[in-house]
Amino acid sequence: MLDFVTTVGRVILAFLMATGRLALFTVNALFHLFTPPFYPRLIAKQMIDIGYYSLPVVGLTTIFSGMVLALQSYTGFARFSAEGAVSTVVVLSMTRELGPVLAGLMVAGRIGASMAAEIGTMRVTEQIDALVTLSTNPMKYLVAPRILAGLTMLPILVLVGDIIGVFGGYVISIYKLGFNPATYLTKTYEYLEFMDVFSGLVKAAVFGFIIALMGCYNGYNSKGGAQGVGAATTNAVVSASILILIFNYIITELFFAR
Amino acid sequence: MSASPEPKIQLMDVHKRFGHKVVLDGLNLTVGKGESVVVIGGSGTGKSVMLKSVLGLLTPEKGSIKVDGEEVIGLGLSDRERVMKKFGMLFQGGALFDSLKVWENVAFGLIQGLKMDRAKARDIAFEKLAQVGLTAEVGELGPAELSGGMQKRVGLARAIAASPEIIFFDEPTTGLDPIMADVINNLIVKCVKELGASALSITHDMASARKIADRIAMIYKGKIIWDGPVADIDKAENPYVDQFIHGRAEGPIKMEVKV
Repeated sequence: MLDFVTTVGRVILAFLMATGRLALFTVNALFHLFTPPFYPRLIAKQMIDIGYYSLPVVGLTTIFSGMVLALQSYTGFARFSAEGAVSTVVVLSMTRELGPVLAGLMVAGRIGASMAAEIGTMRVTEQIDALVTLSTNPMKYLVAPRILAGLTMLPILVLVGDIIGVFGGYVISIYKLGFNPATYLTKTYEYLEFMDVFSGLVKAAVFGFIIALMGCYNGYNSKGGAQGVGAATTNAVVSASILILIFNYIITELFFAR
Repeated sequence: MSASPEPKIQLMDVHKRFGHKVVLDGLNLTVGKGESVVVIGGSGTGKSVMLKSVLGLLTPEKGSIKVDGEEVIGLGLSDRERVMKKFGMLFQGGALFDSLKVWENVAFGLIQGLKMDRAKARDIAFEKLAQVGLTAEVGELGPAELSGGMQKRVGLARAIAASPEIIFFDEPTTGLDPIMADVINNLIVKCVKELGASALSITHDMASARKIADRIAMIYKGKIIWDGPVADIDKAENPYVDQFIHGRAEGPIKMEVKV
């Protein structure tokens, strides 16, 4: 019995310590985000990495999701003669949910992993210690540019992804399901509200922050050699993905709960 | 070279533990101005932890570390950055930034730390590379394209680039062949002398220690157990020092080897 209580206590303490460490890291990262010196070259490099180079993967994910969405909703709505709602379902699902969540999860896999691996390797090869000895704060030099890039690039990626996704649904609806193009587009605009797109972009900014934060946090705190860096990479992707799904619910609740 | 009255670095009764493992157990050491001190000792005796404590990468639980008479334990961010400008460090594995070219590595402290103009820092970087015997072509390569010895030389060029007052050398000859090790030792002696810097090195390579040290200190179980001029080490009459410098398995230092 005592062993069981000890184990439970140890798990709870470990969880609280990990949460505390992450909270301190987040506060520290936010502080360095707004205090000079800033590194425009590094910020631009991270923005290109996260924004530009993620476009293909986000574009492919959203176009096929838009296409599937059109097909599936048509199949469902046809059963009670509501095929006309396909365009509305596609655009609302893409902008509110699928765009930000799919882009977030894909970028978490692509960028979160590479951030954790890069910073983790720098940690185990003493490059982060070297930064300190060269009068450079690693939180400012490594973490702040990545977080800023994640925060700003994800909304832009999602906006592009939304358009591509809606286009995917349009292509299937027009060329496969036989919808009238003008009617389809009119219905797409008719029921779309500013808040639908805006909430998706807010989600994207939060997800971008989470991806960069988890990538940097896990990389920064990696220990040991190659195995430690591998574990940091896995933890970065898994924790970012789970947090994205949790925060997706929380933000949806904040925006749309009646 | 003799030490001046006020030490450049002074560690007093420094304690550091990780969990239950005591690594530094009341360590005392001083490095005088312009003096080169080498700390010798086996693996896991606390050498690296001592260096990292002075650099503020680790925080001791107890004790005092002074640089130019200023207490550095618990310094704030800006004060820490100011003090770090006095330091240069050669890391054991080089710790060169893979994402930057060799010359950018050497110029890093000048551009980021001292806010020097990029073109001027580039000129100084090539000058420092020449000082450690590397050509301008090497400066345009990436660190991954260099051999271990060349990486050490680039690390040395980076450590001396900002003309620091204090230079730390972490196992400068580990992993190098004896000839390259001697080349690095000669470069260290030359660079430290030219800069007039104070140097603190840690190593378990006795040939290296004899070459670069004015004074040698031996660390064992987190304490300095012997400290004296390099010429005195062979007549130290300390069984621990005697065992270490002759590399004998038998003696008071017991290695934990499970067979």
